[in-house]
This record gives sequence, structure tokens and C-alpha cells, in this order.
Amino acid sequence: MKQLISFIQKEFYHILRDKRSLLILLGLPIVQLLLFGFAITTEVRNAKIVIFDNSKDLVTQQIISKIQHNKYFILDKTINHPNQIEDAFKEGKIRLAIIFQNNFQNDLLHNNKAQIQIIADATDPNQATTLINYISSIINDFQQDLYNQNKIPYTIKTEFRMLYNPQLKGAYSSVPGVMGMILLLISAMMTSISIVRERETGTMEVLLVSPMKPWFVVLSKVIPYFVISIINVITILLLSVFVLGMPIKGSILLLAFSTLLYIFCALSLGVLISTIADTQQAAMIISIIGLMLPVVMLSGYAFPIANMPELLQIISNVVPAKWYIIIVKSIMLKGLGFSDVFDELIILTFMTLVFLLISIKRFKVRL
Amino acid sequence: MNAIEIINISKTYKSKTKTITALNNISLEIKEGELFGLIGPDGAGKSSLFRILATVLLPDVGSAKILNYDVIKNFKNIRKLIGYMPGRFSLYQDLSVEENLKFFATIFETTIEENYDLISDIYKQIEPFKNRRAGKLSGGMKQKLALSCALIHKPKILLLDEPTTGVDPVSRKEFWEILKKLKSQGITILVSTPYMDEANLCDRIALIQNGKILDVDLPENIVNKFDKDIFSVASDNMFLLLNDLRNYSHTLSCFAFGDSHHLVIERNKADENLLIQYLSRHKNLSVKKIEPTIEDCFMQMLQSEN
Repeated sequence: MKQLISFIQKEFYHILRDKRSLLILLGLPIVQLLLFGFAITTEVRNAKIVIFDNSKDLVTQQIISKIQHNKYFILDKTINHPNQIEDAFKEGKIRLAIIFQNNFQNDLLHNNKAQIQIIADATDPNQATTLINYISSIINDFQQDLYNQNKIPYTIKTEFRMLYNPQLKGAYSSVPGVMGMILLLISAMMTSISIVRERETGTMEVLLVSPMKPWFVVLSKVIPYFVISIINVITILLLSVFVLGMPIKGSILLLAFSTLLYIFCALSLGVLISTIADTQQAAMIISIIGLMLPVVMLSGYAFPIANMPELLQIISNVVPAKWYIIIVKSIMLKGLGFSDVFDELIILTFMTLVFLLISIKRFKVRL
Repeated sequence: MNAIEIINISKTYKSKTKTITALNNISLEIKEGELFGLIGPDGAGKSSLFRILATVLLPDVGSAKILNYDVIKNFKNIRKLIGYMPGRFSLYQDLSVEENLKFFATIFETTIEENYDLISDIYKQIEPFKNRRAGKLSGGMKQKLALSCALIHKPKILLLDEPTTGVDPVSRKEFWEILKKLKSQGITILVSTPYMDEANLCDRIALIQNGKILDVDLPENIVNKFDKDIFSVASDNMFLLLNDLRNYSHTLSCFAFGDSHHLVIERNKADENLLIQYLSRHKNLSVKKIEPTIEDCFMQMLQSEN
């Protein structure tokens, strides 16, 4: 026991004295989370639009001002002829054109019906859909207001609602993914590098000659990085909730427990990598490229798994991040409980055991 | 009783392009309480032998025993009995002197206080720097720290792989004095060195080259066995002198040794006067018959090997 404590203390000296690496370990998750949560998001903001308003009456003015005051849209210009719409699209500056019919107010008030045509730049179909959804909800709002004032059902009311993510917020889908990726990469990279470093600098030669048992060495490598990872989890969750506005609808305790299990799984994966890699560079390349690609591509974080070819769907099952992302989404967004994520937790536990078993089997008692 | 027994050990390293024989059928016996030197140039196979004895490398063929424990089967027992100092500095550079020593004391299940008397002579010299990071120590101090760490668990056998390489002459001298003291406390020491002048400080030595042991004996016996005459020759033009000496009819070999050339010839084939006569065209000539050193013997053995 004294040996273990002394070894862990030594690991902390290594970590705390290498200020630059420590900064990366603790700073990287923050930068990545904010980057993925804020900058790189599927949410569309500040989309430029043009409006062709031939009737120029009170109602169209009200609708236009409502659109203008929305943070998603910037009115690029109002145009005077429908022909100009195509030119505006071709210039590539605008994403959306809104065209009011002639005599808009008149038709609306007398026939209870009026038309707005919305044209979207569908070169990016997802973005176009998103923008059309935004616009229709603004117009629906307007109809609702009008109805509340006059109690006359002008035009057709459409119901618009997205489950779990009513405003299609980007952070909702990216935060669980980023958590799954960062925790896996950092934990696996840290442990694998620190074990390989002992072999590369020759200190392993002395450790091997000592009466230290192999699993002692492994354990004392895992524990310090477990602590660092916990700090990372806390910062990630705080940022997600208070900066990116993520809800935690389910139990925080369950979320914490699942996250700790996931970190442990990632750390054991790092130990496994260290038994394969001979140099620190190799360990880093395996952890970054070998893990990053499957995590980004196959975890369901960037691309929906259901849309993948069957072979990739099967392969995605061995990516721990996939299961963790499912757990995080279930707990944070859907507010589900222990019994709902039980299967995923069991899978992660099983993976951890397999990683550890292979690592201890493969751990070299000689050079 | 023998502390270390090495029986017919061979080890080769294979890479895609070539196979290197590090150890070629080596056998050696080292007695308990002995200060045994393994002398040979870089790449002779010394470190491979040390690693096999330290149980961190497996031999291809052969076996070795340390205090009757087999290095392959009983490696766990051996690891408790030996203190091993690898050829490369293998302590934590980012830990201080004291932290390193404390760490190694703990993982060897002891404390600094418990065995302080064993390391006190060495440790006292580096104690003023105990808060300095090991990576910032000088070469000699690093080796003293490494020796302290290898000694901290009171091993019965010390395996020191080139402990004085890269160390200044004063520190080297101190280091050997420390080894003598440890020997007097009953610790068996196997030490390797590429420096021939350190051979005389050992009880017995083995000369090793290209993975083969050339000779094993007391240092003085190795010198006594030398059955040729040897002259130290110097002049103004050392380059020309070397050529002239190599062309001399009785010359067996001639090598540059610092500021003079060592000329080896068959016994009683020539004397100083004959040589002076032969080298009459050289200015400031000095010819002196000398006693052979270990290095002379080693060079001669290499010569006859080839």
C-alpha cells in the first residue's frame, strides 16, 4: 500500500511539474467544448435575407419587423422586382427570400387568407430546412397574435414543434458528443503516454527490477489521471449548463456515475495502447488518430448511426463513445433513469474489463 | 560459492536487414564478495549481459544463476536480491534527488533511514543538492544518486553497467573508492567499463569483445601473461613515426597511445639501441621499454583474434 501511495505521489509530481502538459490536459476540454458548442454548430444564425414586398401595407410591415428583430435573420435589403431575387441568390450573400403577395392585408382581412412565398438556398439542405422552420414559426406566431386580438381564424394555423430540442439548438447535440470524445481521447492518451515514457526513458528498466507488481504500476498510472479527468468532467458539465445552456433533466448522480465508468473505460484503453506502442509518439498517434476517427465518425456524434451502411453500424458497437453518448443524451436531455441506461452501462463495464484483462496479460515483465 | 554463474549464454538481435550477435556463447563465474570487472569497448555486449543478469532480458541460449536462482525461472527472487544500475541514467529527471531516493526506497519496501549507513558515504556528497531536480545534476552526481538508489534496499549483488562513463576523472576515482568500500561490506559487485585503466581496480576482470570473452583472470596475471616486449616511442613527427614503426621488420603491432606509440615486438628481438638506430631520421626521439598495461594486452588479444 505504501508503495502504491508513493508511486501515485510520484505520478502527481510528474503531472504537476510539467506545466505545459497540465495546461493542455485541463485547457483542451474547455477550448474544444466551447469551440464545438459555440462556433461549430448546426444552429443557423445571422442568415441574410431579402424581402420583396409589393403590397407595403400595415400587416406586411408588422411581419417584416418581427423577422428583423429575430436574431437568426439579418435583412440584407428590400427589393423592388421579383427578378432581383435570383440575382441576390447568385451573389451568394443571402440564404432566404421572402415574397409577399399583392394586396396582402386586403386579402387577409377580407378572404381570411393570404400568401407568403419563402425561397431558400438549398445548396445546404439542412440549413435551408432549419431556416424555413424558423421563418414558419415566426409567421405562426404572428397568426397566433392576430387570432388572439380578433378571434377570427385568418389563414391556416400550422403546428410546429421539435421534440427535446424545440429551437434545434446545436449545443444539445454537440455537447454529449464532445464529452464522449474529449474524455476518451484525453484519458487514453494520458495513460498510454505516461506508461510508454517510462519505457522510453529507461526508468521502466529499474521499475521492472523492483518488487513492484505489474498491476501496481498500471494502477498507479491510472489513478492520477482519473483525478485529472474528474476535474475535466466538472468543468465540462459546468460549461455545458451555465454557458451553453444544456439542461440536466435526469439525475446528476447517475450522470456522474456513468461518466466515471466511462473515464475508467478510457483509461484502461490507454493502458492497452501502452502495451502495443513502443514510443511516446506511437502512443500519441494511436490514441489520437486511432481513437479520434472512430469516435467522430462512428459514435453517432457527427453522423447518425441509423443512416450508416450495415457493416459500419456493426463496427460502431465497439466504440465506447457511442454507448456513452447514448447515456449522456438519455440523462441530460430526456431525463431518463437508471433502468433506461442499464444496458449501456453494462456494455461499458464489459469493455473496461476486457481492456484491463488484455493489458495485464500483455504487460511485459521484461524489456 | 559462486554469486553469479553464467553458462553458455548467447543473445542475438534480429532486425530486417541484419542480425547482430551481442553475446556469443559466454560462460563466466563470479565469486561471492568479489569486485569483478567486465572490460570491453562499446558494443562488445556488456549491457546485454547485464540485462540478462538483471532478469529484464531473456537469453536465446544458455542459462545464468544468481545466488542459485535461475534468471529465467526465479526472476522474482532475483529481483529482490540485486541492485541494478543500467548504463543509461534511469532515474526521474523531474524529481529531486531526495524524491528519487525516497521513491526507490519505498518501492523496494524500505526507507532511507533504515539503510542510511550503507549509502551515507555516497549520499553525503550529493546531500547538499537534495532539493535539485535529478535532471539538473552533473554526470558524476547523477551516477552517485543512481548508485544510492540501487543500494537503498541493501542488495547482496550489485550490477553496475558502465557507472563511470561520462564522469570526470576525479569523480571516477571517488566512485571506485566507494565500490571498494561496498565490497568490504560483503557485497558482490559486477561492474562494466570501457576504461582499461579501471581494470586494475578490480579483483578479477573479464575482457570482452564482439560478444566473446577473450580472457578472465586477475588484472596482474593478464599483464604477466603478456609474453612480448613493448616500447613506448615518441618523436616530433608522430604520423611518420607510426608508419616507420609499422614497417619495422620485427613489429607485431603498433598503436597510438595518447602522446606516444606503443610498439609490440617478439621478446628479445630488439632493444632500445636497435630501435634508435632504425629511427635515426627522427628528431627528439625517445624510446623506452615499458611494462604492458591491460590495454596493451587487450589490443594484442584483438590482434591475434583477427
